[in-house]
Amino acid sequence: MKEEIKKIIEETGLPVVRDEKSGTAQWVDLRELRLSYEISVENIKPFYEGLKEGKLLGTKCKKCERLFFPPQKDCPSCFDSDIEWVELKNEGTLETMTVVFVRPPSFSMYDPYPVAIAKLDEGPRILAWYNGDPRQVKPGMRVKVQVGRRKEGYLMYEIAPL
Amino acid sequence: MSENVAVIGVGHSKFGTRKDVNIAELCWESMKPAFETANLEPKDIDFFVVSNAGMWSSEAAVPALIAEYSDLAPKGSMRVEAACASGSAAIRAGYTAVKSGMADIVLVLGVEKMQESPNPNVIELIGRFGSYFWEFENFGLTFPAYYALHGTAYMMKYGATEEDYAKVAVKNHYYGAKNPYAQFQREIDVETVMKSPYIAWPFKLFDCSPITDGSACVILASEEKVRELGIDEKIWILGQGVGTGTANLSRRETYTSLASATYAAEQAYRMAGIDVDDPTKYLDGANVHDCFTAPEIIAYEDLRFCRRGEGYKLIRDEQTYIGGKIPVNVDGGLKAKGHPIGATGVSQAVEAYKQLLQKAEPGRQADINRGRWLAHNVGGTGHYSYVTIYGLEKR
Repeated sequence: MKEEIKKIIEETGLPVVRDEKSGTAQWVDLRELRLSYEISVENIKPFYEGLKEGKLLGTKCKKCERLFFPPQKDCPSCFDSDIEWVELKNEGTLETMTVVFVRPPSFSMYDPYPVAIAKLDEGPRILAWYNGDPRQVKPGMRVKVQVGRRKEGYLMYEIAPL
Repeated sequence: MSENVAVIGVGHSKFGTRKDVNIAELCWESMKPAFETANLEPKDIDFFVVSNAGMWSSEAAVPALIAEYSDLAPKGSMRVEAACASGSAAIRAGYTAVKSGMADIVLVLGVEKMQESPNPNVIELIGRFGSYFWEFENFGLTFPAYYALHGTAYMMKYGATEEDYAKVAVKNHYYGAKNPYAQFQREIDVETVMKSPYIAWPFKLFDCSPITDGSACVILASEEKVRELGIDEKIWILGQGVGTGTANLSRRETYTSLASATYAAEQAYRMAGIDVDDPTKYLDGANVHDCFTAPEIIAYEDLRFCRRGEGYKLIRDEQTYIGGKIPVNVDGGLKAKGHPIGATGVSQAVEAYKQLLQKAEPGRQADINRGRWLAHNVGGTGHYSYVTIYGLEKR
């Protein structure tokens, strides 16, 4: 509980404050919830093995050769789950970008970050942080996908000028 | 079964920072006028649908909450969510309920109380509307950033400028200033937009719709009920199209269009008997999903108000002001009226009713000659798209 609310409860017997701007009475909810999920990556484990080797992997349906990125374990065209992991050639063309100035609180440890979408030469598109000067970006410029290490210590793919 | 479905009552709360009311009180603010315009009472409702994206507000069982507050219990209900298109999804649920004959009179309420949470939390939560795992978890995309990727692609492809985007904000503030229900009731100029700080390049603060509390309500009725109740003032739902996009933006072919919106528009036009190649000839105006400035321009093209790559010229030439080719967002749009996520689609329906029945406030009433109004409501970044055509005459 925030110190100021504790104080208000002690003084008034209630967690009710006056909203600074409107002057209206607000009950300050005391039931705080922190959310963090556990997300299964069991079926895309090879993708992360690839990252450790600096490779970008996608999945390919053995039957129809459809290529998936992000990887998925089932092919809806063939109703088949017989897929293989393939290394994607890590070069492509930049399609669009932005720079995120106002960040979510869970990204507050990072400076404003550029995000780009590139079309890989083999077809799939990829969205990732852009490791380069966003002011130098030109439409259609050649880029590569590489693996970098995050401030939080984990490996993640990123887009960089070629 | 009812061949045609009418909107017979509408209500709209003041949009903005509504720390003066709780969520049930905010709902009642739009429900009361909806009952009054329809000349109905809660007991007359067969079924009700509540659109509310939630997360940032405390109450999850909003249908039950308002059933209690406004004597709707024990009538059937559901809460629907389709991100920023939740309101149109609720209208669809109500529309199909009446059309199928499962209900004769349905109340559709859209409500959002986003300011129960601090702004940073809302920014965090709203960024999670796309592919959480692949595009949020590692890359921290925000809602403005998703659309900024489209805004950049559009500028690069067609040569539109940040000033063109600013002109959308200027127009929507111009009309917001004339709408007593709008969050921002003041005009701005291009310089105000250009000088505001970057949120997600190329979008600046004034390119973005705000974080809003608000509610909107419509009452839908079957053709038979309209006759039985002798309802004079009503509009008809002539058609509605719905589309869904991929979760990952990286799974899309283009960033200068929303495929789901193009798809929804074609369905809606066909259903309403509108020439898909020349829809503006059939419409008196439109509300489009201007959560940011660039998407309004992209919407002009997805809805075929102009050719691909010419949307920015429509705003440059002021063709989407009243008196132009097609007036767009003359209630201020999401940009100036505000964007209480779950209420937006319902608010667009309220605006269609007011425009077509010539009840809009002075200075923002479009000329009504063709008797049709369009609402384009997008959830996420084209993750869901709804296009609805309203008309004075049934099909």
